[in-house]
Amino acid sequence: MATKIVMEALSPTMEEGRLVKWLKNEGDQIAKGEVLAEIETDKAVMELVARGEGVLRKRVLGEGETAPVGNLVGVIAAPDEDISALVAGAGGPVKADEQAKPPTEVVAKTQESAGASSVPTTPNASQGEASAPPQQKTQRIGNAAPRREQPPVPEPITEQAPHAIGNGGRLRASPLARRLASENGLDIQRLSGSGPGGRIVKRDIEAAIAAGPQAAPAAAPARAAAVTGADYEDIALTQIRKTIARRLAESIGPIPTFYLTIEVDMTAVAELREAMKELGSDFKVSYNDILMKAVATALEKHPEVNAHWLGDRIRQFNRVHLGMAVAIDEGLITPVIFDANRKGLSEISAEASALAAKARSRKLTPEEYTGSTFSVSNLGMFGIDQFTAIINPPEVGIIAAGALEEKPVVVGGEVVVRKRMRLTMSCDHRVVDGATGAKFLRTLRQMLENPLMLVY
Amino acid sequence: MPVITYRDALNQALFEEMRRDDRVFIMGEEVGVYQGAYKVSKGLLQEFGEMRVVDTPITELGFAGVGVGAAMVGLRPIIEFMTWNFALLALDQVVNSAAKMLYMSGGQYNIPMVFRGPNGAALQLSAQHSQAWESWLSHIPGLKVVAPGTPYDAKGLLKSAIRDDNPVIVLEGEMLYNTKGEVPEEEYTIPIGKADIKREGDQCTIVTFGKMVLVAMQVADQLAKEGISVEVVDLLSLRPMDTEAIAESIRKTNRAVVLEEGWEVAGMGAQIVDVIQRECFDFLDAPVLRVHQADVPMPYAKNLEKAAKPDAPKTIAAVKKVMYID
Repeated sequence: MATKIVMEALSPTMEEGRLVKWLKNEGDQIAKGEVLAEIETDKAVMELVARGEGVLRKRVLGEGETAPVGNLVGVIAAPDEDISALVAGAGGPVKADEQAKPPTEVVAKTQESAGASSVPTTPNASQGEASAPPQQKTQRIGNAAPRREQPPVPEPITEQAPHAIGNGGRLRASPLARRLASENGLDIQRLSGSGPGGRIVKRDIEAAIAAGPQAAPAAAPARAAAVTGADYEDIALTQIRKTIARRLAESIGPIPTFYLTIEVDMTAVAELREAMKELGSDFKVSYNDILMKAVATALEKHPEVNAHWLGDRIRQFNRVHLGMAVAIDEGLITPVIFDANRKGLSEISAEASALAAKARSRKLTPEEYTGSTFSVSNLGMFGIDQFTAIINPPEVGIIAAGALEEKPVVVGGEVVVRKRMRLTMSCDHRVVDGATGAKFLRTLRQMLENPLMLVY
Repeated sequence: MPVITYRDALNQALFEEMRRDDRVFIMGEEVGVYQGAYKVSKGLLQEFGEMRVVDTPITELGFAGVGVGAAMVGLRPIIEFMTWNFALLALDQVVNSAAKMLYMSGGQYNIPMVFRGPNGAALQLSAQHSQAWESWLSHIPGLKVVAPGTPYDAKGLLKSAIRDDNPVIVLEGEMLYNTKGEVPEEEYTIPIGKADIKREGDQCTIVTFGKMVLVAMQVADQLAKEGISVEVVDLLSLRPMDTEAIAESIRKTNRAVVLEEGWEVAGMGAQIVDVIQRECFDFLDAPVLRVHQADVPMPYAKNLEKAAKPDAPKTIAAVKKVMYID
């Protein structure tokens, strides 16, 4: 008799799992209790164990793919047994109505798979959670079911996105829906479909338009072609990253922000600036120009900070487009210095002052203030020692620069007067962890304290 | 405006055109003394005499061929087939002579003639006498094909067919002859090749023709009660077909059901769907569905015949499906 391999609840809070690696090939003889695959849960990578014996006939879930608990992952059966009905019933990722089924249905599935093999009487210690007796597991699934109500409502876009991706990962949408999405600047990949098989149809587009721009913003318009390679790389969310994102967002507003502050010795920068000034007015640059150059160069080394949070994935940019917060009478605007890491100080300086002037006269075009990958805000000229800036989403970090100040500090056991500046980085914890931000700031400090690093 | 039957509307057209042009004559089985198997030619013999109202033997191939010859020498024959089921025998004259003569004579002989008669199933006439031939006839370059579903359209299209200088097929319906509708007293014709929007709507288009127009109208009425707005496009002419009217409607509604009396395989609906996918691809919100006769010889048994025929419930189900209403 055939045994369904299903996605088991391998952690108490697991609702879906990602198949990291198959350890058996189709056609392999499988003994009961053998490890079939590695599954990444919301907590760790666990082993999925065979509940029956026979031949691994079909690997339904591919490596890297995710399935909800209870879904078919594969089939173990006799070599000549007809498994087409089992496999056909599997389909792709679950549909909405399937997810909404009462927990008993999920339990039944698990019991079915358990029934095919005799229940292990003694839990095998080495198999850990993966080999927990089925009774216990079904209980867990039953317990887990009410948790579906927990995630707050505003999540559906990313949660349901896979519905429209049918067999083979192809997006299902009517021609009309595709056209309307493109005409309305919607990213159809991020919508969910209400038609058969999750097909996105006209009414889904209309609903997305009615839901407003936050529902499915189009990707930021791509700038002119980069000199090298792709402009960015999309990184699939790992289960742990998903859990961090969800939990922290629940804890603090939509962007779980934390702050890292350093005090940087700007004496070397001041000397550099003076030396340049002496070369003539062409070489005159501001502290902010040098800060921008340093941030851009540091970002190049830390792409994990030079990123956007897109809800269902993180977009790491291979180019650095630096937003520069400029105070204007009406409020604040953030023009962008594109490819700031590839520009010289004089270029950055010229562009920054031109953009600032345009901003104040309100002549910026939308292309000039959209598309930034990271931002800098500077209130030093107002005498602010230190402050925290608000992240400009979907960016994941911003540097807030305070005033340059002469301070007594201890250098080599002696109290000396140095020029110091405080930098505070606001970090989106869904993407940037404390250590990640700290490493970036360490590089930034190194560059500002040794500004020759900026000219290599 | 007078309300008359489809039968009388055709009869009026014949009288008017035979009075208008003495080259027009009618020929077929029982058209004269018996006044027509379905009384469409009633009274013609009395007014126009035996030279212009000709009773023939039961020889479809023969009298169709006589008609083609008459057309070649300047007359304008109307060939009545008692039903299109019997016209199968005459298809060689229709397809190989009438349709191709202008082309194969290098433009020397045009064939200004009409082949007309009831098409499709009536009630319990069984497999050999319950067939819809429109896709066979529309397949042939050189023929024009019209399929009126109302008395008004029947009169206007038959008059245009008689005046046309090419062979025109007029597909009528035994079940239509007794249906009634408004027909004006003043003279009018309906151009061949133009569709008619029988009902305006904006959520789904039903493309249909002939007898099925009546089914489509029922469907539209019923769905309107459920708040679903259906547009009915009556093609009237199958060849040439008013593809722009089809496309214009579907660009508005984004969904379509094609309703026809005949069989599915290579049926008219297949041609119509082809037009839709080409002209309206970016406007479609759902695959186009077809409603048609079951893919079997028409059963004689009443219940099976009903099950095999396209009808309002099947059409309603198709409309709801393309609208994603479960």
